[in-house]
Amino acid sequence: MSDLNQQMANRYKNNFLKEIEEQAEMGEWVKMCMQCGLCSGSCPTNFQAGWDHPPQEIFMMIRAGKRDEVLSSGSMWMCTSCYNCYVRCPRKVPVTHVMHGIAEYAYRIGRAPKNQPTQHLSKTFWDNATKHGRVNEVKLTQSLYFKDGIGAGIKKGLEMKDVALGLVKAGRLNPLEALGMGHKCKDVDGIHKMLAKARELEAQRKGRDNKGA
Amino acid sequence: MAETKTAAYICKGCELGVRLDTAALAKVATKSGKMNIVREHDFLCSADGVAMIRNDIDNEGVTHAAICACSRRAKTEAFNFPTIAMSRGNLREGVIWIRPDTEEARETTQEMAEDYVRMACAEVKAMTVPPGNQKTGTVKTLLVVGGGMSGMTAALEASKAGYKVVLVEKTGALGGWAARLHKRVPTREPFKSPEDNGVADLIARIEADANIKVYLNATIAKTDGAPGRFKVEIAVESGGIAQEDIGAIIQATGFNLYDAGKLPEFAYGKTPNVVDQAGLEALARAAAAEGKPICRPSDGQPVKSVVFVQCAGQRDASGTHLQYCSGFCCNTSIKQAMYFKDSNPDIDTVVLFTDLRTPGNGEDFYRAAQNRGVIFSKGVVSQVVPNGNACTVKFKDLILNEDTQAEADLVVLATGVVPNSGVNIEAVAAPAEGDGEGGEGDAPKEVVATIKPESILNLTYRQGPDMPQFKHGFTDSHFICFPYETRRTGIYSAGPVRRPMDIAQAQEDATGAAMKAIQAMENAGLGKAAHPRAGDLSFPTVRLEGCTQCKRCTVECPFGAIDEDEKRFPLFNESRCRRCGTCMGACPVRVISFENYSVNTVGAQIKAVDVPDEFAEKPRILILACENDAYPALDMAGMNRHEYDPYVRVIPVRCLGSVNTIWITDALNGGYDGVMLMGCKHGEEYQCHFVKGSELGRYRLSKVGDTLKGMNLETERVKDLEVAITDIATLPQKINEYAELIKSFPPSPFKGF
Ligand code: SF4
Ligand code: SF4
Ligand code: SF4
Repeated sequence: MSDLNQQMANRYKNNFLKEIEEQAEMGEWVKMCMQCGLCSGSCPTNFQAGWDHPPQEIFMMIRAGKRDEVLSSGSMWMCTSCYNCYVRCPRKVPVTHVMHGIAEYAYRIGRAPKNQPTQHLSKTFWDNATKHGRVNEVKLTQSLYFKDGIGAGIKKGLEMKDVALGLVKAGRLNPLEALGMGHKCKDVDGIHKMLAKARELEAQRKGRDNKGA
Repeated sequence: MAETKTAAYICKGCELGVRLDTAALAKVATKSGKMNIVREHDFLCSADGVAMIRNDIDNEGVTHAAICACSRRAKTEAFNFPTIAMSRGNLREGVIWIRPDTEEARETTQEMAEDYVRMACAEVKAMTVPPGNQKTGTVKTLLVVGGGMSGMTAALEASKAGYKVVLVEKTGALGGWAARLHKRVPTREPFKSPEDNGVADLIARIEADANIKVYLNATIAKTDGAPGRFKVEIAVESGGIAQEDIGAIIQATGFNLYDAGKLPEFAYGKTPNVVDQAGLEALARAAAAEGKPICRPSDGQPVKSVVFVQCAGQRDASGTHLQYCSGFCCNTSIKQAMYFKDSNPDIDTVVLFTDLRTPGNGEDFYRAAQNRGVIFSKGVVSQVVPNGNACTVKFKDLILNEDTQAEADLVVLATGVVPNSGVNIEAVAAPAEGDGEGGEGDAPKEVVATIKPESILNLTYRQGPDMPQFKHGFTDSHFICFPYETRRTGIYSAGPVRRPMDIAQAQEDATGAAMKAIQAMENAGLGKAAHPRAGDLSFPTVRLEGCTQCKRCTVECPFGAIDEDEKRFPLFNESRCRRCGTCMGACPVRVISFENYSVNTVGAQIKAVDVPDEFAEKPRILILACENDAYPALDMAGMNRHEYDPYVRVIPVRCLGSVNTIWITDALNGGYDGVMLMGCKHGEEYQCHFVKGSELGRYRLSKVGDTLKGMNLETERVKDLEVAITDIATLPQKINEYAELIKSFPPSPFKGF
């Protein structure tokens, strides 16, 4: 059977749904969606034309077995965690969490879209925050501003100059953080152990090897 | 009968005594009402007031009483004197509550009240006490036609209430379609799994019930008579006829599945792997009997994937297939998907629907199926293509907005139901243009539409052998208000023959119909009317000497109460009659009347009103208001103190259908400036208690324009207003607008003649 034929044969079969249920955080909720569309109608980001598929559609695509399209979709990454859909879903599907769960799974198996800005932010933020147990605002800002090259970074920095100075004046931003100083948490080791344990527990629960992100 | 003695009672309670000059009203009752006894009372509905009237009846020999107090709809328990003729003058809701309490309004309000007193006196004098129907039947046995879920339930419920039941079933076994189900949709908490079909239990209870007599392999050969005295002939298995005396009938003849063979695009008949829902039940039962999983008919291999196609041949706008939703098939598909998931969760089950409709507790059931991994997809199937031992289902996914397909070992079509309602007698077609007053051509034409070969009830009624049908071949039903009521008194329909429904609804329906049928038998035994004038003892009588055999009454009676005798005269079956008065309104020579409602009782009221001369600038407007909706709405307008014009005089009528055009011509000849008729909505979405009454009445009224032209009067002087019981606030406005229009015309030239 050709690849395409194989794909068609898998349409509207449970394979991909089962995969999502097993692998993605909260994936077991996908089957409970009743396709009312309230989530899509509630989603603020949907208005920005940034979506290829609103949540309702992502859930239907999973049930229709459209594995490639779902995993490589940018949609899950567009979620702002506003929780509008979450509170409105009449089926009590934790839509926000499911979206993040699918995104995380796609990322974990290397299928998430490359250079997706939200994904970059998440990754940068995570690395930054887990390193010292607290966010280093200056470094985080730097790595975001300069992700598209030096010129763009400087331009953006100048644009935001006044905001930065204001923050410094108000004691909300410590310029010394640029040198790796500034606030840290008291027990960085403890934090790292906690995160490792959390990963282990999640892997246990999902019954998979502990090799996630 | 004792000598006639009349009395009028004028109440001063509820502020009537403050707002009105009751002494003057008493004088009116004596002088123009010519009543023998006239009394005022401070509080007429009190024990003391009622005792006063009772004393007059018992000791003074009062036979006719005009009670001038509140609306005839109020205080009916206090003013309950069944042995005398009684009328009610509506001075409270009809006068003081709809008029402002001001000095300027005092005179016109008093005039209004005086007219209502005159009308009540005139009406009661034209009445006699109903003697009760002499031809009552007292049989209390219920006939149930159809031994499926609905029929069995109706039989058991009637038996539980203490009534004997004859249950007739066409096939060799009770249980109907339900008996063919592997399992049924759950009826109990937590509504998560299919449950036993429950048929064996019902059959056992019926067999153990001494009140219920069952005929299997039997049909109804003939139904003759009326409620309380039906004579039913049952064609039994041996080929003979069994006779049963029956009080009331429930038709629970169920449905047939819509023929999936009409859906060639879905490959039904082209491959055994496409089945309808009943086909799947059969596969599931066969599998369960052998302890095997459900198998593909083509090669006997276990089914690995199944697609359910909802609304197959249903909700079809093109006119080719069923237009309606059968109501149960979504839940059925959910149930059938569970048959697979419960035996093996790895079987792929997909339900393709456009709208998933899950009545009752189906929503919980739906969720339970989702939880088990049944895939629900919003999609429209265009084609099923057989593909070896499998099928390809081509459809449009409405959420993903794309044409796509799914492969399946088995395809199940949810084809829905067609009612098993018998012959379509549809006797009264849309009224044809007639030739004015009188003459046969004027009556609505009778047409006989497509007749299915087999009648179910084989009624001997002149109107046809089965009950009328409502829509799409389902049996008659007063859909919006009284769903069990049909246009055949004492004959009820229940279950999916009446409208599409599931088992739970059918059982509820059957119980309701059983209770109605019991009521009908009891009322028939007492000579009383059934719904909606339940308890009314009057019935129509006809002066045959005057009858011209025009057949209007026989044709128009919405309830098939009138047959014809050998000499072609109308033959009234009182126990089939609902007392709507349509026959009375229809009769061109006015020979049909009731003891307490007749051309005279209303005519006398019209004549009793004091019509001021053309210089008084006080027009008179007659309102004939339907007692079921318009009159209560007017009463409620009064309760809410919505004011309306003081020049109207309202007379309640049983139905617009009972309005005889002579009342309108008499009113106009008598100097009234306008006549307004208030009746219920008619047509397909009718709200008329008597189903066809308002429609027939309106048809008759459409001829009045010619009369007006003949009298040189503006045709707008007669107005037909469609009124619902909820029009409490708008009705007074409409009356006022109409009154303004009438005032814009010159006074009627007929005043003072
Ligand atoms: S939580 Fe995410 S998916 Fe839900 S409405 Fe907000 S942005 Fe949209
Ligand atoms: S709101 Fe909930 S049930 Fe409705 S489409 Fe979104 S996820 Fe599905
Ligand atoms: S038309 Fe009405 S009142 Fe007359 S016989 Fe029929 S049901 Fe009775």
